[in-house]
Amino acid sequence: MICKGRAWKFGKDINTDVILPTKYMNLRESKELAKHCLENQNPQFAKEAKEGDIIVADKNFGCGSSREHAPISIKGKGIGCVIARSFARIFYRSAFNIGLPILESGAAVDGIEDGHELEVDLATGEIKNRTTGESFNATPIPAFMQEIIDDGGLMGHIKKKLKT
Amino acid sequence: MGMTITEKILARGAGLKEVEPGQLINAKLDLIMGNDITTALAAEELEKIGIKKVFNKDRVVVVLDHFTPNKDVDSAEQCKIVRQFAREQGLSEFYEAGNVGIEHLVLLENGIVVPGDIVVGGDSHTCMYGAIGAFSTGVGSTDMAAAMITGELWFKVPETMKFVYTGKLQPWVGGKDLILYTIGQIGVDGALYMAMEFTGDTIDSLPMQGRFSMANMAIEAGAKSGIFAPDKTTEQYVKGRAKRKYEFYASDADAQYKEVVEIDVCGIEPQVAFPSLPSNTRNISEVGDVPIDQCAIGFCTNGTIEDLREAASVLKGRRVHSNVRLLIFPGTQEIYRQAMKEGLLEVFLDSGGVISCPTCGPCLGGHMGLLAKGERAIATSNRNFVGRMGHPESEVYLSNPAIAAASAVLGRIGSPVELGLKA
Ligand code: SF4
Repeated sequence: MICKGRAWKFGKDINTDVILPTKYMNLRESKELAKHCLENQNPQFAKEAKEGDIIVADKNFGCGSSREHAPISIKGKGIGCVIARSFARIFYRSAFNIGLPILESGAAVDGIEDGHELEVDLATGEIKNRTTGESFNATPIPAFMQEIIDDGGLMGHIKKKLKT
Repeated sequence: MGMTITEKILARGAGLKEVEPGQLINAKLDLIMGNDITTALAAEELEKIGIKKVFNKDRVVVVLDHFTPNKDVDSAEQCKIVRQFAREQGLSEFYEAGNVGIEHLVLLENGIVVPGDIVVGGDSHTCMYGAIGAFSTGVGSTDMAAAMITGELWFKVPETMKFVYTGKLQPWVGGKDLILYTIGQIGVDGALYMAMEFTGDTIDSLPMQGRFSMANMAIEAGAKSGIFAPDKTTEQYVKGRAKRKYEFYASDADAQYKEVVEIDVCGIEPQVAFPSLPSNTRNISEVGDVPIDQCAIGFCTNGTIEDLREAASVLKGRRVHSNVRLLIFPGTQEIYRQAMKEGLLEVFLDSGGVISCPTCGPCLGGHMGLLAKGERAIATSNRNFVGRMGHPESEVYLSNPAIAAASAVLGRIGSPVELGLKA
């Protein structure tokens, strides 16, 4: 799958409290959560980000609380994928589990500015910066995680396993 | 080749003789924990794929502690979903209202979690049970749902980072200060994906409460888990509580570590983490003039009876500064009761403090004491992220209970020594 969109750039250690503030954790619907995604960090993002846009962040993205509301709000916003130098581990697992594509690449983070137009091939991990013409390769996804994605997330994976 | 305590516990869960870092395993779980927020999402996942029953009704623990007593109608609805789920499933360990407490302390206090366990919880501070020698880690709600269905979960065996603390602690320095200091040294991703193993002669004589604070905050260094090898202190804590048989594991002498960090504690002062990361630490002597509006003592990191005693020892016979609101959050109903018996509640009331029922409340910016724009709080909790306790332009400083209590009296961040107190 290819996703194309604008880069929304964020710094390091963006935590899940910032991605989805606590006061909205009494909500569960992804579109509702999406309205508040990253609002304290960049109020423009929740208002203007479009389907297919891409979040590009520095190291340790998604650190802090285990709230799945954070990746759910990003997915609900229609974000095509998240590229970061590194991810915090609970966020990393949860993103795969709910089918939010995430890619690790330090070089891409260095070579992409806010507002750049990107094209990402999720199958190969190739990240093209259409604004500068540069290309980057993300760390390949472990085969086991790819299986979860192919099954449509962890629940789909489990359902399949329970059947067999 | 030798194994670390974490590798041994995971190998046991995976039914393997040995495991090594990086290996993907499927491990049987001894316990799965969730709260009002995370269980609500997990319960919906079960429903979505048509699963009627959890794998074992005695091994799924649910505690309604985050937005309780219900903070608003949406939270009330959320708690209702979770309560119904718990009843339908017939969960034997369900805690709310009269027997509630902050989840992690409920599990420890009631011996629901025991040494050697493998535990996942829909809460990032689930890593706290490493204090008694269990492998425990936080997961999201989908992982939690999968765990509830199958009773197992995949893990990548983490590399271990070993911390060796040596020397005698200074007055008013405890486990909270050691972990804040450590995170200050290695950063909020200093132990990313790894297991932190806490050892050394300082740790040998560290009380259980200090171990709680340290294991609790392993996640603040990005770690998957934090663990202490069980010893006499552990035995004393778990005997009489443990609801199941338990096993003490220890690292082999020739276990492999990703890194060994040696820390001489003799020179470590009480630590204060400045906004907006737990790694932004300073010595108490270097804090400068930081006036505060609120002081919140308790929560999972420092809500035990020992923590309340420490705060009360500073507050006894003193009044809270007129500019400061002092809020006390005992960790569990049992701790609340004990504090009452010991006269600690009276000390808090006399000093001008407000005592809450056990709840996460403002720790995560839920309710019961949020901050307005520009306000500043000192808290014994574990996170000081932007907006964590209220308005995005409010500030949270983290410390141990003695420093927090002294700051409440001084009206600015300071130490009990300034009040003429010796430890
Ligand atoms: S007290 Fe705070 S850190 Fe602990 S479980 Fe509750 S919200 Fe989380």
